[in-house]
Amino acid sequence: MTVSSTQSLTERHPLADAFPGDGVETIGNDADGHTVLAVDRSHLLEILRQLRDDDRFRCDFLSDICGVDYPDRQQRFDVVYHLANLDSGERYRVKVAVDEDDAVLPSAYGVWKAADWFEREVWDMFGVRFEGHPNLKRILTHEAFHGHPLRKDYDPGQRWLLTEKDIMTPEWAREEQLDDQHMESQVLNLGPSHPATHGTLRTVLRLEGENIVKAESEIGYLHRCFEKMSETHGWQQVIPYTDRLNYCSSMINGVGYALAVENMLGIEAPPRAQVVRVILSELSRIMDHAVCLGANLVDLGALTNFWYFFQIREEIYGLLESCAGGRLTVSYARIGGLAHDVPADFEEQVRRLLDYIPPFVADVDKLITRNRIFRDRTEGIGVLSPEEAVAWGWTGPCLRACGVPYDVRKAHPYMGYEQYEFDVPVATTGDTYARYLVRMEEIRQSLRIIRQAIDNLPGGPVITDDHHVALPPKEKVYTEMESLIWHFKLIFEGIKVPPGDAYHFTEGANGELGYYIVSDGSGTPYRIKVRPPCFALYQAYPHILEGLLVPDAIAILGSLNIIAGELDR
Amino acid sequence: MWAEILVIVIKVVVVSSVLLTLVPIMVWVERRGAAMIQDRLGPNRVGPFGLLQPIVDAVKLITKEDLTPSGVKGVDRLLYLLAPSIALVVAISVFIAVPFGFDPGLKLFGHAIDGFIVAPNLNLGILYIFAIASLGVYSVVLAGWASNNKYSLMGGIRASAQMVSYELAMTISVVGVLMVSGSFGLQDVVLHQSGTWFGFIPRWNVFPQIIGAITFIVAAFAETNRLPFDLVEAEAELVVGYHTEYSSMRFAAFFMSEYVNMVTASSLIVILFFGGWTLPGFATPAGWLGALVSIGIFAVKVAFFLWFFVWVRWTLPRFRFDQLMALGWKTMIPLAVLNFLLVGAGMALRNL
Repeated sequence: MTVSSTQSLTERHPLADAFPGDGVETIGNDADGHTVLAVDRSHLLEILRQLRDDDRFRCDFLSDICGVDYPDRQQRFDVVYHLANLDSGERYRVKVAVDEDDAVLPSAYGVWKAADWFEREVWDMFGVRFEGHPNLKRILTHEAFHGHPLRKDYDPGQRWLLTEKDIMTPEWAREEQLDDQHMESQVLNLGPSHPATHGTLRTVLRLEGENIVKAESEIGYLHRCFEKMSETHGWQQVIPYTDRLNYCSSMINGVGYALAVENMLGIEAPPRAQVVRVILSELSRIMDHAVCLGANLVDLGALTNFWYFFQIREEIYGLLESCAGGRLTVSYARIGGLAHDVPADFEEQVRRLLDYIPPFVADVDKLITRNRIFRDRTEGIGVLSPEEAVAWGWTGPCLRACGVPYDVRKAHPYMGYEQYEFDVPVATTGDTYARYLVRMEEIRQSLRIIRQAIDNLPGGPVITDDHHVALPPKEKVYTEMESLIWHFKLIFEGIKVPPGDAYHFTEGANGELGYYIVSDGSGTPYRIKVRPPCFALYQAYPHILEGLLVPDAIAILGSLNIIAGELDR
Repeated sequence: MWAEILVIVIKVVVVSSVLLTLVPIMVWVERRGAAMIQDRLGPNRVGPFGLLQPIVDAVKLITKEDLTPSGVKGVDRLLYLLAPSIALVVAISVFIAVPFGFDPGLKLFGHAIDGFIVAPNLNLGILYIFAIASLGVYSVVLAGWASNNKYSLMGGIRASAQMVSYELAMTISVVGVLMVSGSFGLQDVVLHQSGTWFGFIPRWNVFPQIIGAITFIVAAFAETNRLPFDLVEAEAELVVGYHTEYSSMRFAAFFMSEYVNMVTASSLIVILFFGGWTLPGFATPAGWLGALVSIGIFAVKVAFFLWFFVWVRWTLPRFRFDQLMALGWKTMIPLAVLNFLLVGAGMALRNL
C-alpha cells in the first residue's frame, strides 16, 4: 500500500522558473489550487526562505507543520509545511521526505517563529529531529515517554509511567538564581491546576517579586490521541472526536471536518444543510466568544459578566440540544450534510435567540467596555505587533486584534459565506483590550449573519443523496435491492475517499482551523492532522509574558482563549 | 459594683453575638444579592427564601476535615493555627469602641448603661479602632507565611503592603472629622452631626467633607479586602491567596472576620460621615423607645452600606497590584490631605 503524494503535479509549472536549482523536485497544483512543492532536504531551508522573502510568494504565514509516515517507502517520513501569503490568499504546501535512519531536518524556527511548537510536535510524534531548534523536546507526550506514537508501527497498547522526578522543568528553573542584591527569585508553577488556566495548562514562571523574568509553557495534559485514533476509525466515526477539539464550539469543528472530507470526495452538502451549518456554526462562535470573554472577565474579578454570557450560552445550548440531542458535544454534522433535519420550530427558536442575545451583550458592554479599572488592566498589556503575530502563526480574533484583517470566511469563503453581508472587525493595538473589543464585535457580526441566513433558509434534504457517502433512507433499505447494497457496502467498507491529500481550512472560533487529510483510498483515514488555532496562539504566550506581572499573565491567558481540548488533541 | 459588671457583660455578649449573627445574614444577603444582580436565583431551598442556608453552610464547615499542609511544622504550625484566631479576635474587638445608638440616660439594674457602646469611657475612640484594626494584617501575613505555599505567600505580602498603604489614607481622611468635632470619641462625633444647616441639609460630615468621605469609603473597601481591592485573595491569580490552605472552621474564621470587618467599616462610615443614629427633623422619643428607634436608624444606615459593599463587589473588576498601590499613594493620600487642609482652612476662616 502506498500513497502517491505527487499524483496531481505537472512537470512544467508557471512557478517552476522561480527555483533554478535542483532543490525543488516537483511542483504543481492540487485540486484546491494550492501550490504543492516536493523539496530535497538539503535545500529545504533556502527554499523556505525564498518562499518567505521572494516577491512572487511572500509566504509570511506558516500555518502548520505535519508529519506523515509511509513505512513501506524508501524515505519513510514526509514532513509537510503549510504556508500562505495572507495578502493574496495563495496557499503553498512544501513536502520534504526523510529517511528513518537519518531523520533530521533543518529547523524553520529562524524563518517563521511559528515553527517552534509545530516542529516539536513532529519530533514528538514521528521522531524527526530539527537541527537548530532552540528547545526541541517532547510536547504532547511527557518526558518519560518512549517511542513516537504516530508512527504506523507504534504499539498503542504500551503504557509509560511519568514519575515525579521526570516532570518537565526548564533548565533555567532548576538552579537557584541570585541577583545583585542576593535576593532569591522564585519559580512559580502557574497550573496545571489553577483557577485561571481553564483547563490543564502549565506555565513555569521565574519571578522577581511579581515581575515575570522568564516563562515556559507545558502542554499535553489533555492529549487524547485524536489523530492516532482517527487512523483506526471510519471517516464518519471521526466526527464525535472532532467535537472534543474546541469543546466550546463543537459544531464548528465537526463542520470543518465534514467540509474537508467533502472537498476530497468532490461533493457538496445540500443547500439546506449548508445554511443550517452556517447558523449553528455562528451560534457556536457566539458561544465560544461569550465563554472566552466571560472567563477572561472572571479572571479580572468581574464575575457578573460571566453569568450574563453564560445565560446566552445556556439558551444556545437549548437550541443545539433540540437539533442534535447533545449540548456540549453535538456530533451533528455528517460528511455530506447533517445527521438529521432540524426540528419544526427551528426558525422560531433562532429568531427568539436573535432577540434574546443582544441585551446581554449590551449589558456587558455597558459594564465593562468603558470601565476604568478594566481598561487600565488590559490596555497595552500583552501587545503583539501585526508582523510578530503573523510570524507566530496567530489567526482568528487574536490576529485581527493586532490589525491583520484575515478571516477565512472572507478570504476563502466556504459554505456560502460569500452571500452574507458581514464585517470583519479589526483592532490596531494588539493588546488584551483589543482582543476583547474584537470578540464583542464578532458576536454582533455573527448575529448579522444568522439573521440573513434564517431569512433564506431553503427547504429540501439535509444530506446528500450520493450513496457512496450517505446511507440511503431506512425504508428504502427495506424495500429496494440497490439501497440495501449501498447500505451494506457503506456499513462494512465505509466511505471510500479517493487517494491523495488535501488541506482544508475554516474559520474556527479561535482562528484558522485546518484539517490536513491524507487518504489511501480505504475506508479509514490514512492520516488526519488538525491545525488547532490555539496551538499557534499559545506558543507565543510565554514570550509575551516576559517583563510583565503575574496578574497580566492571567489577563492575557484569558484573552487568548486557550482551549486545552484543541491544544492537546 | 455588681450591676456595673453585669451591664458590661450584657453589652459584650449582646454586641459580639449580634455581630456574629450578622455574618450569616450578610452571607445570605451577599449570595442572594449576587444572584439578583447576576440574573439567577441563588440559594432558595433551605428555609423561606433560602434564609437557613448559612446555617447549613456552618454545619458543613464545622464537620469538614481540618487540614494542615504537609511541611508546616513547629513554630510555623503554631502560626498557621494562630492566624485565623487573630483575624476573628481583632475583627470583633474593634467593635467595642463603636457606639450604635442614642442613650438618653437609661439605667439597667439601677446602673447607668453609659451609652450603647461596650467601652464608654475610652476617650481614644477612633484611635483605638485604627490601632486594633491594623493588627488584622498580622493574621493575613502569618497565614500567608505559614501555609508553605507560594500563592499564599504572595497573598500575604500583597496584604501587608496594601493594608499599610490604605491605613494611611484612611487615617488622614478622618482627621477632618475629628478636627470639626474636637473629640476622638465617636459618640461626640455623632452628636456633632445632629441638626441641620438652613433647615433642610443634615449637618452630616459628608456634605462639607465629601472628599474625605470618598477617600474613607474607598480605603474602607481596601482595608476589608473587598472587590475591587481583593488582591489579597484574587481567586483567579492567587487561587485564593492567604487562605488557600485553610479548611473547615479555620477557613470560616477568616470568612467571618471579613464580614465582621464589613459591619465595622459600614458602622464607621455611618458614624463619621452620615450622622450615626441621627435623622434630621426627627426628634428621638424619650426612654427605651427612643433608644430602640435610634438603634433602628443606625441599623438601617449600616445596612445600606453593607449592601453597597455587595453591590460594588458584583459590579467592578479587580485592580492590578501596582495600580492599587499607585492609587493608594498617589491619589488617595493627597486627596485625604487636601480634605483636612480644606477643613482646617474653613475652620480658620470662620474664626476670623
